[in-house]
Amino acid sequence: MKAFITRWMRSTNHKDIGTLYLCFSLINLFTGGSMALAIRAELFQPGLQILDPNFFNTLVTLHGLIMVFGVVMPAAVGLANWQIPLMIGAPDMALPRLNNLSFWLLPFATILLVSTLFMAGGGPNFGWTMYAPLSTTYAPPSTDFMIFAIHLLGLSSIMGSINIITTILDMRAPGMTMMKMPMFVWTWLVTAFLLLIIMPVLAGTVTMMLADRNFGTSFFDAAGGGDPLLFQHIFWFFGHPEVYVLILPAFGIISQIIPTFSRKPLFGYRFMVYAVVSIAFLALAVWAHHMFTSGIPLGAQQFFMYSTMLIAIPTGIKVFNWLATMYRGSLTFETPMLFAVAFVVLFTFAGFTGVMLAVVPADIQYHDSYFVVAHFHYVLVPGVLFALMGGIYYWLPKWCGKMYSETLGQWHFWLSVISVNIVFLPQHFIGLAGMPRRIPDYALQFANFNAVSTIGAFIFGFTQLLFVYIVIHTIRKGSPASAQVWDGAVGLEWTLSSPPPHHSFAVPPKIG
Amino acid sequence: MQLSLKRLINFSVVQCLCACLMLPAAPAIADWQLNLSPGVTPVSADIFDLHMLVIWICTGIGLVVYGVLAWILIRHRRSHHPVAAGFKDNMLVEVIWTTIPALIVIAIAVPATAVLKKQDDYSTADVTVKITGHQWYWEYEYLDEGIRFISNLSTPPAQIDGSEPKGKWYLREVDRPLVVPVNKKVRFLTTSGDVIHSWWVPELGVKRDAVPGFINESWARVTVAGVYRGQCAELCGINHGFMPIVVEAVSVDDYDAWIRNQTGLKNQSPVMSKGWTMNAVLSRGSDLYDRHCAACHKTDGSGLPPLYPPLKASSIVVGTDIDRHIELVLHGVPNSAMQAFAPLLDNEELAAIVTYERNAWGNNTGDLVTPADIQAGRK
Repeated sequence: MKAFITRWMRSTNHKDIGTLYLCFSLINLFTGGSMALAIRAELFQPGLQILDPNFFNTLVTLHGLIMVFGVVMPAAVGLANWQIPLMIGAPDMALPRLNNLSFWLLPFATILLVSTLFMAGGGPNFGWTMYAPLSTTYAPPSTDFMIFAIHLLGLSSIMGSINIITTILDMRAPGMTMMKMPMFVWTWLVTAFLLLIIMPVLAGTVTMMLADRNFGTSFFDAAGGGDPLLFQHIFWFFGHPEVYVLILPAFGIISQIIPTFSRKPLFGYRFMVYAVVSIAFLALAVWAHHMFTSGIPLGAQQFFMYSTMLIAIPTGIKVFNWLATMYRGSLTFETPMLFAVAFVVLFTFAGFTGVMLAVVPADIQYHDSYFVVAHFHYVLVPGVLFALMGGIYYWLPKWCGKMYSETLGQWHFWLSVISVNIVFLPQHFIGLAGMPRRIPDYALQFANFNAVSTIGAFIFGFTQLLFVYIVIHTIRKGSPASAQVWDGAVGLEWTLSSPPPHHSFAVPPKIG
Repeated sequence: MQLSLKRLINFSVVQCLCACLMLPAAPAIADWQLNLSPGVTPVSADIFDLHMLVIWICTGIGLVVYGVLAWILIRHRRSHHPVAAGFKDNMLVEVIWTTIPALIVIAIAVPATAVLKKQDDYSTADVTVKITGHQWYWEYEYLDEGIRFISNLSTPPAQIDGSEPKGKWYLREVDRPLVVPVNKKVRFLTTSGDVIHSWWVPELGVKRDAVPGFINESWARVTVAGVYRGQCAELCGINHGFMPIVVEAVSVDDYDAWIRNQTGLKNQSPVMSKGWTMNAVLSRGSDLYDRHCAACHKTDGSGLPPLYPPLKASSIVVGTDIDRHIELVLHGVPNSAMQAFAPLLDNEELAAIVTYERNAWGNNTGDLVTPADIQAGRK
């Protein structure tokens, strides 16, 4: 036990901390995932069967918070920890002790968050968007614990971002100029700056909630001179760029995988970099598109409609460049590439519904309906989650020196890609037919597609157990992997042995 | 609900085709409805056209992008194309695929702005209705006619818990619908008495948030008489899924007749009905309690402490100071989730609820509260 604590809790090695982040994320995937399955089980048929409406709302809230802060962000940071030093030829992260602290805040923050489930009055029950005054005057006491959990998660993100920015700017091997950095490193550099801009805003928002709840202030209460819409403005000033915090590292992973299995360099590298940077700037100027029904003035509606539509342009550039990378390549379809191709197809589809949602008059109908739920789950599941899983299949042989089972990997991919569409495609239809989101029970006209969606959800959920099995099986019994692993792989990480030495690049590599 | 095999087969053949083509305008109530309804107002029709325009544009882009991708995946796989080309950028194509999407975005933005401006025209209305969202029902007030009433979910609790079969309009039916005249511009002024709600009727093309302390405007000119259903669209607490909206659009004559009939309901009589006996009051109180109080305080009075205190064996409910109990129910507790029921329920209903609370779940105080007691507390 003591040896375990010394090995893992006190480690400042970027590889160890990367592993910790990834394991933590995988555990939370099943915590947040079981909540999703409970929600889908209740929605299998009309009527209240298994969940009390208040508990349903609590699950909706915690599912969102855990998936965003406990699964996607830690997994992306875990990949950054493992890969950034290896990809830029650095011996470790720039600030190793800070790195240890930013990870170890997370388990405690998550325990604090999940513990609200067992508190008097139940857990937070107002959705992960925490709209005031439902989250202030009308919320259970456990909300204060959720606020402190968010403070801790935010601290962790800010420290992690500082570390990543410092590492990328200061620790590159001689000759690794900015415009030679792999795309994954670029996307994380931009993501880390976005996090530094938005996380303090989230911390401020929840602190104002805390003050409204406990210290008699009225930031969000019109009766005291405040404004409930102020909450929405500052929350979405964080919340929308947060979406790009989740998707940009995914773009980076896809930009590594596609060239490898096309055996061809990434097409339009410079434009890919410019696109990521311009997406980040635009992301900071579109937040009120979450508030088109809230009563913001006509001029604001127009501004946010146009700025939102503009995002389609750099996003399109990314998709077209991925296609051009594959064009006249020599393609093979190992599991990482399958996930990458599915990402390109399904993320583009999510982009289409995104353009639809930007059109304000039509958004009046889509807003807060299942159409929105379907849209952002297409972004986050076959988008971000598929990219993360593709990235793990891609780099796992490098990390542990063992090859995963290609047969099982393909099974995992095909089951996931089919079931994920069974879950979320029908949700577009029930949304257009008029079903609002976040309701535990619904009118009979929505019943058929809800049943289909629930069946898909259970197939998708249980398929992910196969992923756990594959990862464990690879680490324990996989066949040895070569240093190169993939014949098309290019980059510094592939020059090291598989697994790489615990301390790599003690002497900076030469970059030609 | 039940997925019969026959339905599934029927679905796979016909509806999959529709799903692929995104065919417009499935009937308003269809088990497999795929698309938005074009609705019954000029704005909802414009919204529908805009929606279809963007769908067709996206379908076009999708066919090109997915077609090219499929072609690449088949033709340039290693077994077909063993040696990869070495090129890695081309300025011309980058410019082309930046410019074309920019033009497409403009092509969408222009008609969208036109509809948006039409939607945003709040000038002269024929009828003005103030809509107030409450946890968890809607209150309608016809400002010029001086009519105000509450619209509650009318689906019996037994249908929700599954002990009775569900009716056709399960969760989409109310005791008193909003009535509007056809071909008249009806202005909705939306606000809230507690948390944020959102008043949404898809066929009217209206969704407006009800924000406490602020008034939002929207409007509809319904062109077809009929009954249109919607529900609250913004998470507003426990019973968010149980606050439907029903709008009845009727001819102008019928509307005027309806207005005349309403005026008598404005003043409620404080007179107690005959037969105010414990048994009758308890059974009425039990029904009303389940409808208005049980979401928070639970059917067994156990509540969800500390936010929603238990009523079972509560010091206020079993205490001797009945007036304090009545006061809390009538006027609520400021800055808490306990709302004021004085505007929502009449004296008899409130007396029945208070009587029930004082005698249910072993509280057994034996107190029989009368409508006169409630009236005294109203001042």
